[in-house]
Parts: sequence; structure tokens; C-alpha cells
Amino acid sequence: MSTMTIAKAINEGLRATLAKDPKSFLMGEDIGSLGGVYRVTEGLKKEFGGHRVMDTPLAESGIVGTAIGMALRGHRPICEIQFDGFVFPAFNQITTQLAKIHTRSDGQLSAPVVIRIPYGGGIGSIEHHSESPEALFAHTPGLRIITPSNANDAYWMIQQAVECKDPVIVFEPKRRYWLKGEVDTENSPGDPFKAHVLREGTDATLVVYGPLVPVALAAASAAAEDGHSVEVIDLRSISPIDFDTVEASVNKTGRLVVAHEAPTFGGIGGEISSRISERCFYSMESPAIRVGGFHMPYPVARVEEHYLPDIDRMLEALDRAFAY
Amino acid sequence: MGAAQQTGDSAGVLRSNEVGPDEALQLLDEDGAIHQDSTFSPYIQELSQETLRGFYADMALVRRFDTEATALQRQGELALWVPMVGQEAAQIGSGRAMNKADYAFPTYREHGVALTRGLDLADLLKLFRGISNGGWDPRETNFHLYTLVLAAQTLHAVGYAMGIQRDRAADPSTEAAAVVAYFGDGASSEGDVHESMVFAASYNAPVVFFCQNNNWAISVPFEVQSKIPLVNRAGGYGIPGIRVDGNDVLAVYAATQWALDHARNGHGPVLIEASTYRVGAHTTADDPTKYRLLAEEELWKTKDPLARLEAYLRAEGLADDEFFEGLKNDGDELAAHVRKATLALGGADIRQKFATVYAQAHPLVAEELAWFENYEASFSDAETQISGTQGGAA
Repeated sequence: MSTMTIAKAINEGLRATLAKDPKSFLMGEDIGSLGGVYRVTEGLKKEFGGHRVMDTPLAESGIVGTAIGMALRGHRPICEIQFDGFVFPAFNQITTQLAKIHTRSDGQLSAPVVIRIPYGGGIGSIEHHSESPEALFAHTPGLRIITPSNANDAYWMIQQAVECKDPVIVFEPKRRYWLKGEVDTENSPGDPFKAHVLREGTDATLVVYGPLVPVALAAASAAAEDGHSVEVIDLRSISPIDFDTVEASVNKTGRLVVAHEAPTFGGIGGEISSRISERCFYSMESPAIRVGGFHMPYPVARVEEHYLPDIDRMLEALDRAFAY
Repeated sequence: MGAAQQTGDSAGVLRSNEVGPDEALQLLDEDGAIHQDSTFSPYIQELSQETLRGFYADMALVRRFDTEATALQRQGELALWVPMVGQEAAQIGSGRAMNKADYAFPTYREHGVALTRGLDLADLLKLFRGISNGGWDPRETNFHLYTLVLAAQTLHAVGYAMGIQRDRAADPSTEAAAVVAYFGDGASSEGDVHESMVFAASYNAPVVFFCQNNNWAISVPFEVQSKIPLVNRAGGYGIPGIRVDGNDVLAVYAATQWALDHARNGHGPVLIEASTYRVGAHTTADDPTKYRLLAEEELWKTKDPLARLEAYLRAEGLADDEFFEGLKNDGDELAAHVRKATLALGGADIRQKFATVYAQAHPLVAEELAWFENYEASFSDAETQISGTQGGAA
């Protein structure tokens, strides 16, 4: 056990992967000598060389497209997209090529490319640096999408992503990069595509992932002071979604609130609300309620506090659920 | 030399384009006469009679195949067909220049390259019959699946070439190999072509960019894609470029051999622009009479890639009537095989599609497949009812 930040945990996970899998390598913009704009790959080029930690031309489609070719040759590329809002030049390669190569080849070919994307807001940044585009990728069959919320998961899930035979996008909660936590480098937390119940409760289920996990835990503590017992689930995987864990929880609590930073319309929260409402209809005491970003492009930093779900927004949603 | 733009002597100003619009490497002209080139002639001087006859045979066979596939589409057996008639020399010449260990990334019109790689051409039709979005195992022939999103495969080709570099760095006994990235004049405008050349040049990747400039991107003429011959773009990436008469199979073969040698020997990427013409329609759903002149089509018919090689083979006594008659039979046999194999393909199974979305088990796919099986079973047994909860899975 050791304590480290999420950024350091990903760095250690990448180090472990590079050490054990000679076919693995990192590619992206500024990830070499600089160590990435968030320093997640710091020191890795020095340790493994430019061949394993490769600075690329500034071209996201090029990064993912060449990664697909290298994966087809049997290599294990781990791409970094510098910011959430800059993944779109690669959107074509990810959705029309990477996601489909296994099925297009009738199962004969695989392109197990890993794409790391720092995502989410709350860092006072400029346009295109605070977005949460996960639903756009979750809607694409053939991709797997995971997002760690703590250092231990961060350390393990990046390694599990590389070991997966399918393409995996790892959305990294950038405003939590400096959040410290205990990391057990000996024992894996298990299946990266399973949700974790982080706090048990009996009155409502609050489903979150990535950057909103600490917010949800704080909201549950606040709700407890008002006498409400809120169960908090960290989804961890956005595709596939572990509906079984959410279903078991909602059958117990009777209420579901889902929160994410991305706009609610067409989002992951809607998908969870719909499926869980179908599965748990007779157990539910209230409609499923979503908390998320508004239907607007991510706003300027000076107003992002009104856009991002916070403790009060989650409590307000829980209150609405309890009102039924 | 075409009208090169002169802009004076100021420092830092691009003065002219290197290759004019009418310039191209030609070793075998329209009349079947051989031309000499100090760099490229050596690549064809030692070719045996069998090889030269093979070039012709491949071009004749793929043309016959193409005609049969078009007929199959007209008869309702294929949803669509993408004819390649006119581009036989560009495809057979480049395909035959490749070694077994080399790897080709085609667009969706490289039926001739497929032939040179040893594919059963009937496999190409699975895509157009709605049986598979692939149709063959690329690892068997090093001929990748067709890619319909224009230019996407050029990046895959560069990545694959970078993978070869890595393999050779890790194990120097790995056979030297190069990759050929096919694309067209239309796709040359796509950003992925630019990015692929940037990456290839940066990493000195062993890749040959082979552009078949067939002058038409469906209905849009080449002039809309570029004001200069595409080969001149190579200079912008700092890589060699060759403009070749794409209807001259010998020049295409020589240029591609040169480029592959260059790439395999660690000198990096090469761009080849093969000037050719799409004699037929873009696809069987297209109507070229709406956008181009008959006179242009007639002009290109005088540059036919098969006619000039036939003239050469006959003049040199390398092939006679018996050879050409025999090829007609071979072509008819190939066509009969392709027709028979296509009609025997049967249907596709959606269960196989469920099974190949992911390489590892996926709960949502499993849940939806289970629902589907139950739904299907409900039709075979009137007693079976679909339950509401299962309906929710779809």
C-alpha cells in the first residue's frame, strides 16, 4: 500500500504495463520529454526511451489511425488525447474504424488500442478543455469506456485496459488528477467493467462516475445528516454499464438519481434511468432523476459552477425523489 | 513541362512545381513501343517471358472478373458494384511489385491488387452481396479489408509500417517489408492523407503511397481536388514522388519496385501518382453521361493498358493467338467460378454479428442476444410468450 495522486497512479500503471508488455508503447502529443501537459507520463520516456514513449505530430486522427495500424500488426498502442475537446479530429477513426474492425473482419482481426482522454470541467479552463463527451463514444458499439475515480482504480484500470482484447477509451477525471488515495499494487480490484458500491444506503441510490464520485459521497454524507440513507455507486465502466449492480441497489432503495457532468439530454443518465426503470418498475418509489450539465456548449469558466452538478444539485435531486 | 509558375528570385518563395501536368514516367507507350529510363528500365529489363505474359493475364482476368461482377449486380445478385476497368495496369503493376511479406491497404476498387495477392476474387463480392463487411482473412494474403471511409486506411497503412519498423528493431531477423497505401484523387483531399504523410515522413515509415488518379471522384473532376499534379505534394512532406503513366503496367511495376526497395531499405516513404482513367462508372449506381464528355472517354480508350501490352508481346514474339485465346477461356472459367461461388453464398446470420461486436464477452450484447433468441423462439412455438422484462433488453 502506498498513497499517491490519481495522476501518479496512472503513471505507475503505465510504468508497470511498459515493463511487463514489450509490445506496449505510449503515443501522443507532448508525452515524452514534457511528460504530458498534466505530467501523467512524466519520467517514462527517460526510463523506457523515445521508442516506447513517442511524441507524435500534432494530429489526433493521425494518432488514432496509425495506432490502429500498429495494433493490426500486433502492437499495443496507448494513445493520449491531450484534452476532451480535442478528440473530435479522431472521432472518425475511433467510431468508423477502431470500433468496427473486429466485426468487419468477422472476428478475425482485433485492434486493442487504448485511448486515454483527460475529461471534465471544474478547472477554470478555456474553451474545449472541460468537456465530457463520453456518451458520444458509449453510443458506438465496439468500444469499451472506463473511467476511474480514485488512485487505486486508476493504477489498475489503465493496465486492465491494455490487457483487454477490445479497444478501450479511458476517460481520466482531470480535476481529480491530484486527488490522493491508497494504492494496493499487489491486489487488483477485479473486473474493470463492474460498478462498485462505495457507500451503502437504504433510501436512495446515487449513481455517478469519474469526477463526480467525491461530490456524490459528500452529498450522501450531507443527506445522512437529514436522516436519509443514500447508497453511492461508482459506475467505473460506461460501456458496458454494470446494470446488475445498479438494479440490485435500486430494488433495495426504491429511488434512483444519476449524476454526470455531461448534458443530461441523450446522456448516460438517461440510459441508466430507462433501463433501471424497466428492470425495477415495481420497486421504485419515485421516477429516476438525472442531474447533469445543461443543454448548452460547456460554458465559460466564470459560470461553470452553475453548470456543474455539485452537492446541492445532488441533494435537490434526492429531495425530489424523496418527495414522492 | 507544363506551365510552371514563375515568381521571381526572392528568397523563400516557391518558384515552380517540379512535375508538369503532362509529365509521367512511361516505359511502354500507347503503341506498344518501349522507352528507356536510366533509373527505372533496369527493373523491367530482366523480366521473363512468363512474367510479362503474367502481367497481361492478370489484367485480362481482372477485367473479365469485373465484367462478371457488373453483370451480377445488374441481375440483382449484388447490391452494388465498383468497377475498375481502365485501371488494370495501375493495380496489376503495383500489386505484382510487392513481395509476399509486404502488406496492401486497399480502398474498395483494388480488385486487381487482390488478384495479385492471391485472393479468391469471389470473396470480394461478399461485401457487395451484404454477407460480410469484410469477406476474407487479411493475414492470409497481406491484403487488408476494403475501407469505404475514404483515406482512413492510409493512416492504418502508416501504422502498420511503423509496426514493421518496431518488429525489425526488436528482432533484426524479421523480414524487411513495406506497406502499400492505396487511395484515389478524390481521397487525396481528405485530411487523413495529409496526416498519414506527415506521420510517415516523421517516422521514416516503410510505406508507399499509391494514388490512382483516375481523374474523377464520382462526378467531380480532378481539377477540383488539386491545381497541381498530386505527385508535387510529395515535396511538401520531404519524400520522393514519382508520377507514372498508370496505364503502362511496366512503368507502374518499375516505379513501385523502386519505391518498395526505397522503403524496405530504410529510406522512408514514397508517393506514386499513377495517372489513369476510370473508364466505367464510379459504381453501378452512377451515370457518367451526366457529368463527362464521351470524347474524353474515347480518348482514354486509345490509352488502354491491355492493348499496348498485347501489341508489345505480339511484336516481340512473346505471345501469340493461342495465348490470347487461352486467356479468354481462363477468364470465362474465373467468371463462372465467381458466379457460382457468389450464388452459393447463402445468407448471413445475425448471431455471428452479435458474436463479433467485441472480442471479449460483453453483458449488453449477451442480454440482447438472449432476448433475440427468445423472441425468435416465440414464432416457432405458439405457446411461448414474450415476457415484458425480456422485451426491455432490445
